[in-house]
Amino acid sequence: MTLQTTVASSVLSIDDLTISLPAGADRRHAVRHVSFDVAPGKVVCLVGESGSGKSVIAGAVMGLLPDEVRPLAGSIKLQGEELIGASSDKLRRLRGTSMAMVFQEPMTALNPVMTCGAQVDEMLSQHVAMTPALRKARILEIFRHVKLPDPERVFASYPHQLSGGQRQRIVIAIALILKPALLICDEPTTALDVTTQAEILRLILELQNEHGTAVLFITHDFGVVAEIADEVVVLQLGDMVEKGSKLDVLTKPREAYTRMLLGAVPELSAPQRPPLGDAAPLLDVRDLCKTYKTGSWPGRRRLVQAVRGISLSIRPGETLGIVGESGSGKSTVARCIARLIDPTSGDILSGGHSFARQDVKHLSALRRLVQVIFQDPYRSLNPRQTVGASIIEGPVNFGVPREQAWARAEELMTLVRLSPDALRRYPSEFSGGQRQRISIARALACEPKVLIADEAVSALDVSVQAQILDLLADIQQRLSIGILFITHDLRVASQICDRVIVMSQGEVVEQGEIKDVFFAPRHAYTKTLLAAAPGQGFSFGGTA
Amino acid sequence: MKTIDDAVAASVPPPSGMHDDEALLRPRRRRSLMRRVLANWSVRIGGAVLLILILMAIFAPWLGTIDPQVMDPANGNLLPGTRAEFMTLAGDTFNHLYIMGSDSLGRDIWSRTLYGARISITVGLAVAMLAVFVGILIGLLAGYFRRLDGVIMRIMDGVMAIPGILFAISLVALFGGTLTTVIVAIAIPEIPRVARLLRSVVLTVREEPYVEAAIALDTPTWKVLLRHILPNAVAPLIIQGTFVCAAAILVEAILSFLGVGLPSEMATWGNIMADGRAQFNQYPHGVLLPGIFLSLTVLAVNIFGDGLRDVLDPKFNKRGGEA
Repeated sequence: MTLQTTVASSVLSIDDLTISLPAGADRRHAVRHVSFDVAPGKVVCLVGESGSGKSVIAGAVMGLLPDEVRPLAGSIKLQGEELIGASSDKLRRLRGTSMAMVFQEPMTALNPVMTCGAQVDEMLSQHVAMTPALRKARILEIFRHVKLPDPERVFASYPHQLSGGQRQRIVIAIALILKPALLICDEPTTALDVTTQAEILRLILELQNEHGTAVLFITHDFGVVAEIADEVVVLQLGDMVEKGSKLDVLTKPREAYTRMLLGAVPELSAPQRPPLGDAAPLLDVRDLCKTYKTGSWPGRRRLVQAVRGISLSIRPGETLGIVGESGSGKSTVARCIARLIDPTSGDILSGGHSFARQDVKHLSALRRLVQVIFQDPYRSLNPRQTVGASIIEGPVNFGVPREQAWARAEELMTLVRLSPDALRRYPSEFSGGQRQRISIARALACEPKVLIADEAVSALDVSVQAQILDLLADIQQRLSIGILFITHDLRVASQICDRVIVMSQGEVVEQGEIKDVFFAPRHAYTKTLLAAAPGQGFSFGGTA
Repeated sequence: MKTIDDAVAASVPPPSGMHDDEALLRPRRRRSLMRRVLANWSVRIGGAVLLILILMAIFAPWLGTIDPQVMDPANGNLLPGTRAEFMTLAGDTFNHLYIMGSDSLGRDIWSRTLYGARISITVGLAVAMLAVFVGILIGLLAGYFRRLDGVIMRIMDGVMAIPGILFAISLVALFGGTLTTVIVAIAIPEIPRVARLLRSVVLTVREEPYVEAAIALDTPTWKVLLRHILPNAVAPLIIQGTFVCAAAILVEAILSFLGVGLPSEMATWGNIMADGRAQFNQYPHGVLLPGIFLSLTVLAVNIFGDGLRDVLDPKFNKRGGEA
């Protein structure tokens, strides 16, 4: 009811918005009958899974929708001005001065061949008449404001010379330099590490408090919602499911869909894991190192130590997690163990064999033992092969007759909760979660002892993610395999792992059981990571 | 949980990434590739012209032609549309309509042009297939095996530095002007272009996770190359193939015209034009009419290739893009 009283003074007011999709799309409307307001100084979070239409709403406000996607009904009012049907000239004038947008991927949002200063300057010179010297002073001021170190240097730097977090600060600086009334953030922290994400969220909140900017924040992450939102709008396949204040939606959700979404968010806790026997380790990795050489001229040669002396072992039925931020070397470890790349030194032992130095042609035994599930479900299956052909490929390579492999593939399909008919179809006919199940089936078809899941659930929506984690746990129970689970998400790690290794810059900083590492961290870096995990103080998962 | 599953199944599979409402905006790729190719107007027009030319070449004996090599000096330099008594060397005579006139030796230009189409199309297709096949082999090796890359690509650079026509002239001089020699001679200079293109595509495809997955499944390297990499790298090659085909038809005509290709009595478009060249001032039809066939064929092949590219190449197939 508080919404009603703020309508008059709201910066952005969306009323009964319906946007159509072109013929041939999966549904008729991108969004239907969506209404909400964004008041000055407030943050409204649009939450939904992929395909819910949240980015389409942002595009409609900014006037950046493709031609064939048109608003059919309803209105979008920015400070009282109707945006639907507004001329492109008018929209261009409003963009920057009245509304601005921060995109997900800071690298692609910036022009790689212009210095950061020039890019901010472009925005400024287009909209206000100021002398170059004044403009530069103004830009340096906003750089300080978004807490960029050494503004003079950043001004003259190209985007690739800055870190992801710094680039996102530049994008925010461009968005805020004209002091727009409305700031639209479309998943601005999804591509960033948790510690950087925490800083960027804090920055957006500070700036918004200072200027009284209205913020429309789009995200799929309830942790981020808990950090930043004042009000929350939940979308499901284009329909508005629920809206209300953050506390109401997060703690007393009215709709089943919201409850399901919240329930699917993994909790940061140490659940009871099934006890492990005293079996010998399936895989023993000792002092693994990987060094990359860059530059071909002797004078310019540099050595990059991606992984420095990692040792780990996995026992049957055990899940070992490796957590860390991007660039920590966790994926390199996985790829070395699977021998997709060659380790520089160290040893990989299993069943009395050493695999670290084996020639690539003689790795069959390791390939049988270790299988990998990759992050991106859209790229890990060959698009030109049927699902069945992908799944039986491994067994056939190991000498299983084709019919037998096919029969096994049908069983596996049931195990990963898909229909055996799926084997005759192509990957493009499946959703992300389904494809990830197919990838799991493909890995299991080789009857491996160890499964390496390299960010296997990171690209999935929370509800799908929960199902895949559930499936992995179930399979592990039945087949008693060891899982090496690589993730940047501490919540996920806490739910599925028995032990966890925290990596930073190629080294192990801390390892041990979940309850020790996550709830009594000793190393400063682990503490920082844990402190940065969004949504603290809210208990998700347990509510459903 | 079942309901969510259904919802997930019903939702769009976005083509990439974790955050893709954009996928909603894209029409579903339900239509088969073949149907999308056939729906393209460039493919339709180019394909139709090519089809007509190919049919004309195949059914040449039934299209008012006579032996393209027999001459009747009495009927030299007839204008298009002339009807005359043709006397063969054996002394038989018959009435013949010279649709496109005759050359200075009294050979029927229409017959020579239609039979010439057989040679041009054969050369175009054979060169395209040969260059693409060898180019695939070299490109796959260079793109996948990093150690071979440097050596192979330097050799390819070397081949590219040889002027194509000079190379063809020397090969024909060495091995004689047979169809096989001409095809090989034209194909070799085209190979580096195909190889370079495939190498660059292979370099990106080999980094795809499904290729890594295949390696992790212990798939033998040749199978990784043929099953996982090649099918996903082939679209730009088909397009390149059409352009090689067009270029080959032109080069064959040039070689014949210069008198360094197939023997001059053989009916090829280049030979016909070479024969007509001396008397171009009085009898331009001897050059122009076969020239029109040549241009039309090359144009049709190129339009066809452009259409294929619009459909197959994702860079030109963007939403609201050039198509």
